[in-house]
Amino acid sequence: MENTREKYEVVIGLEVHAQMLTKTKAYSNDVNEFGAHPNTNVSVVSLGHPGTLPVMNKKTIENAIKLGLACHSNIASNQYFARKNYFYPDLPKGYQITQDKTPICTGGHLVVKDDLGNYKNVGITRIHMEEDAGKSIHDVDVYDTLVDLNRAGVPLLEIVSEPDIRSSQEAYNYVAEVRKLVRYLDICDGNMEEGSLRCDANISVRLVGTIEFGTKVEVKNMNSIRNVQRAIEFEITRQIEVVENGGEVSQETRGFDALKGITISMRSKEAANDYRYFPEPDLQPLFVDQPQIDAIKNDMPALPRELYLKYTEEFGLSEYDATNLVDNKYIALYFEDVLLHTKQIKTAANLLMGEVKSYLNQQAVEITEFPLKPNVIAELVNLIEAGKVSYSIASSKVFPALFEFTDKSVLEVATILNVIQDSDEDSIANYVKQVIESNTTEVQRYVAGEKQLVGFLMGQLMKVSQGKADPKQANPMLRKILDELS
Amino acid sequence: MHIDEKVVDHIAHLARLEFSGEGKKAIQIDMERIITFMDKLSEVDTTGVEPLIFMSDEVNVLREDIAVDSLTHEEALKNAPKRDSDYFRIPKVLSKGNF
Repeated sequence: MENTREKYEVVIGLEVHAQMLTKTKAYSNDVNEFGAHPNTNVSVVSLGHPGTLPVMNKKTIENAIKLGLACHSNIASNQYFARKNYFYPDLPKGYQITQDKTPICTGGHLVVKDDLGNYKNVGITRIHMEEDAGKSIHDVDVYDTLVDLNRAGVPLLEIVSEPDIRSSQEAYNYVAEVRKLVRYLDICDGNMEEGSLRCDANISVRLVGTIEFGTKVEVKNMNSIRNVQRAIEFEITRQIEVVENGGEVSQETRGFDALKGITISMRSKEAANDYRYFPEPDLQPLFVDQPQIDAIKNDMPALPRELYLKYTEEFGLSEYDATNLVDNKYIALYFEDVLLHTKQIKTAANLLMGEVKSYLNQQAVEITEFPLKPNVIAELVNLIEAGKVSYSIASSKVFPALFEFTDKSVLEVATILNVIQDSDEDSIANYVKQVIESNTTEVQRYVAGEKQLVGFLMGQLMKVSQGKADPKQANPMLRKILDELS
Repeated sequence: MHIDEKVVDHIAHLARLEFSGEGKKAIQIDMERIITFMDKLSEVDTTGVEPLIFMSDEVNVLREDIAVDSLTHEEALKNAPKRDSDYFRIPKVLSKGNF
């Protein structure tokens, strides 16, 4: 099977829908909020009552421009809306207001890791604004479908990628990148389980070297990034099998069954939908000018890709550290704050990725709820760098104590704990002397050539000093004395 | 343009309407008349004329993102043919199909 698989190239394009984090809906001023009691966040507009008119929410345009700028897209100066017509009970107006001919953003790209860990550009075809439909619940009542229209009219951004994605792992990385970006920009909470970020995948396979695309299948209902990957993986195998057995992949929409890990045909595309798009006469056109775009640009936060490049290229942090730091917006912001108070970037990164992260994991809290302020962590970093405490003492003893002594400075806490490192030459010489006197056997073996025993002796020294000897001073001194004995 | 039965069926399906027998024949004739009437417009030479979409020159008619108290839950459900204390109730639809 592996060899068969290598004969094929996989072509994937993704459509991501992001519910915007606005206070109100796209075209009406009722509340946009997840989890409210059914049919309470509604208005005559979102219920589609006759004679009501939509009015565009200013914030949605700003959000779309932010995302477009972050994706290096062109922002359209002239736009108008369109009606996409179809009948469904959770769409009370009978049409969705969307952008058809004039999407707010076109072109651009996102930088995503491929299977080998190299960065590649995935092209963005377009980003446009539209509205969500309500929610139909089919599985609660035997005879009726229940409709909740709280979601009707919630503003969405639809992000359509070029068919540049070549594997399920790349698709995973792409969606993770989109999610990270919308979270950094604060335009969507990125919660796939709650449906605020949704993904449809267009998947096809073709023999390597073929220019034409294979027949594409659209897969829906993937409510986590992991399921996007699983669904695509299943679909690739299924399509290759169909082709290998001499069949033809039929163009259709399939749903992902997360329990079984398979895709199931939903409806054939043969009876193609006829949405009868036409311009929405109830919303006046939009005009976006360069000063407005510049103002939004100036107001944008640092983006994950920019921070990543700053951390790796400017700060010299490892790819691994940089990736972990920028993965969560609030961790990155915290790190940035720590760096306002210390110049020791590497130590700060280590402390943040090590002790702080494991504290967050153990307590199951977010960094935004972390009790220690960035300047406190910076103080601890500076203490390590000044040689007052070793990194290991700082992380194992001082760090945990900071949560108890909240009214003391980090130096005071280290003093109370009696862990201030001993850098005094005489006392270190004294520790060395003690170690050599009380470990005569090991010292003789060292002298006889077992040089690796220096590690053991160094351990003994730290023990004698109760962890307080500065190893940067003690180690060379111990070696020197031992070598003099040899 | 000739409206045949297939076109009627298609449009009827999109509008979730059902026609049969005499009714279907009648709507087919009506639609053909309407289309023929509208075809009159294509006799005008519109070369070089930009499509007119909006009847006014206004642009950027926008509102701030501020919530306003709107309908109560009770008001929202009031006119529903079928409802319960929380939801609109409609005849069962199984698959959303492809939207």
